[in-house]
Amino acid sequence: MEYLSPITIFFAAIFTSNILLTYFLGMCSFLSVSKQIKTAFGLGLAVTFVLTITSALNYIIYYTLLQPFGIEYLRYIVFIVLVAAVVQLLEMFIQRFSEVLYINLGIFLPLITVNCAILGVSLFMIIREYTFLQSVFFGAGSGLGWLLVIVAMAGIRERLNEQKIPPALRGAGIVLIISGIMAMGFVGFSGIVQIQ
Amino acid sequence: MKSKAIDIIKEDLWKNNPVTVQILGICSTLAVTNIFLNTLLMGLGLTFVMAFSALTISLLRYVIPQRVRMMVQVLVISSFVIIVDLSLKTTVSHISRALGPYVGLIITNCIIMGRLEAFASSNKPGIAFLDGIMSGIGYSWILLVIAFFRELLGFGTVVGIQVMDPLMQTIGVTEGWTSWAFMIMAPGGFFMLALFIWVSNSMAMGHRNMEN
Repeated sequence: MEYLSPITIFFAAIFTSNILLTYFLGMCSFLSVSKQIKTAFGLGLAVTFVLTITSALNYIIYYTLLQPFGIEYLRYIVFIVLVAAVVQLLEMFIQRFSEVLYINLGIFLPLITVNCAILGVSLFMIIREYTFLQSVFFGAGSGLGWLLVIVAMAGIRERLNEQKIPPALRGAGIVLIISGIMAMGFVGFSGIVQIQ
Repeated sequence: MKSKAIDIIKEDLWKNNPVTVQILGICSTLAVTNIFLNTLLMGLGLTFVMAFSALTISLLRYVIPQRVRMMVQVLVISSFVIIVDLSLKTTVSHISRALGPYVGLIITNCIIMGRLEAFASSNKPGIAFLDGIMSGIGYSWILLVIAFFRELLGFGTVVGIQVMDPLMQTIGVTEGWTSWAFMIMAPGGFFMLALFIWVSNSMAMGHRNMEN
């Protein structure tokens, strides 16, 4: 496989291979928390932050502990425990040092542990055999890509309230159709650069 | 007891279906619904994990301390996911490679955690096991329907067998079936699921109107 620079991976993760619109990761919180721009932005920031830290930590643990001892199959347990631990620590840390940030970000933190995007990025970086720097940029880029899409969706949904939508399509149905249209837009980027 | 079991089956398969009604856990599996066979394996894996973690959690329901129950649930789920992942790797390695990270992502599938929390942690093992299996099937059959249409339109095949080409030729289109590349890509998945939810909601609404 040819070597991709971390910067390329960073931009590819935001646009051409958006974690949400091409891999369907993080859909649950995307559907439920995309009603207001403000909350969507807060959750997006928290996800980006956690993604960057966990992809770095999971990389270190996988290649220094799991692989040398030949216990790669334990990675699911190790990764998810690590993600939960990071989220917990982060929550305590933010609460201790910044009251404002805690009020704005705190409520989203517990949601992040079960966001599939976090675990998904860690698993993708192992499968694609990224280097450390590539993994961190991939994590950060995926987080920003997720942020971009959820904020865009929240912006659309705020205006959707005044529209006439068929009753059966209200809620998840219309959101999925809009995501489909957005995904088509993002597919248009795919000629620029490809990461698998 | 028996009527409760029947109620559970009805609830999980249609009335309170995890995908169309609760819109849970679509992340990990929507991505593999462009090929029927992959979806089938994924659904089987999920049902297995779901049933046995429900059984385990239900058996341990008096032993697990309330405060750490989430952590215990995640650990139980991950253990069963590892079993599924290893068995897929050794038996059908090419499909396991195609599924990529999505088998591991069964862990973060909200349906499993949701059912464990809402049902298995407060019910007897037998009925929890049944609920696990039924939720798994209720989830899988919808994804299988979506996968069927995505594969049919995207590749012109049904479970890998070319059907659209001969069909088109018999009605006089000599160049055969033009694949809808769109269906294989992500937007196709979004639209198919949206359509499915639309249809099932309309049916539920029609039903309610008739009752009134």
